[in-house]
Amino acid sequence: MNLGEGVEVVSLVILAALITGAAMGVVLLPNIVYSAFLLGLVFLSMSGMYLLLNADFVAAAQILIYVGAVNVLILFAIMLVNRAEPYQKVKGGMLRNLVTGVVCVSLFSLLTYTVTTIQWHTSYAIAALPSTIVVLAKHFFSDYLLPFELVSVLLLMALVGAIILARREFVPDAIAIGYPQEEALELLERPKLPVADRS
Amino acid sequence: MVLEAFLIVAAALFCIGIYGLITSRNAVRVLMSIELMLNAVNLNLIAFSNYLDSVEIKGQVFSVFVITIAAAEAAVGLAIILSIYRSRDTVDMEQFNLLRW
Repeated sequence: MNLGEGVEVVSLVILAALITGAAMGVVLLPNIVYSAFLLGLVFLSMSGMYLLLNADFVAAAQILIYVGAVNVLILFAIMLVNRAEPYQKVKGGMLRNLVTGVVCVSLFSLLTYTVTTIQWHTSYAIAALPSTIVVLAKHFFSDYLLPFELVSVLLLMALVGAIILARREFVPDAIAIGYPQEEALELLERPKLPVADRS
Repeated sequence: MVLEAFLIVAAALFCIGIYGLITSRNAVRVLMSIELMLNAVNLNLIAFSNYLDSVEIKGQVFSVFVITIAAAEAAVGLAIILSIYRSRDTVDMEQFNLLRW
């Protein structure tokens, strides 16, 4: 084992420990703000894993999209909906957590057993591409052109739909009463509705 | 540096995501668990594309698609949570019984 392989193994171990520990923190910590920041740590460590796997463009996209967009979106959502409320006890809650834990641990052991017993054909050398961006761009604009365009349209539709869902509805009868002129350019929204009847 | 190490890390991340998805009470934490599971899938795709298909890196193409879908899913999911919070005034998953009974 030369020096480069040693560095790779050490960084793989560190990144794996970071990913699993931070993911456990995301799921188990009671304070959800800590969970959101640990989720950012998971995303950053995942981009380090992608760099270990020679995927430089996907690592950069991971940092830009996940850490820059999704994590910030989740933090804003937490700030919008976070209200310290004591959760009511659910009947059989501990039993449910226990059963879920057993199922997840057994699924993990099954996957680990499968991964370690299968003979993977990885004997041939890994091609040293100068950069993955050229290869990815050729794929995107030749044989994966239709999925690429479809996913672009899907992203646009999802963002427009998110805006429609998240803003309160426009009130038509408020126009008839007549707003002052300086409020005409504002995004008119319905005032907050009273709390719906909870069962 | 073997393929199995990456696959085991991805399996661990996926199982942690499933556990959080089922046991979380807060709806935002459920979305975070879904993001964890999507990241585990991405790690699987990129590991296989590096070790089994390193010339035509088609796994990375699909991982870019998965990242895009994950971003769209996060936006729509958080908008739905926000709209439910406006009408029910809670983010507790146990009280979202609008479609259950």
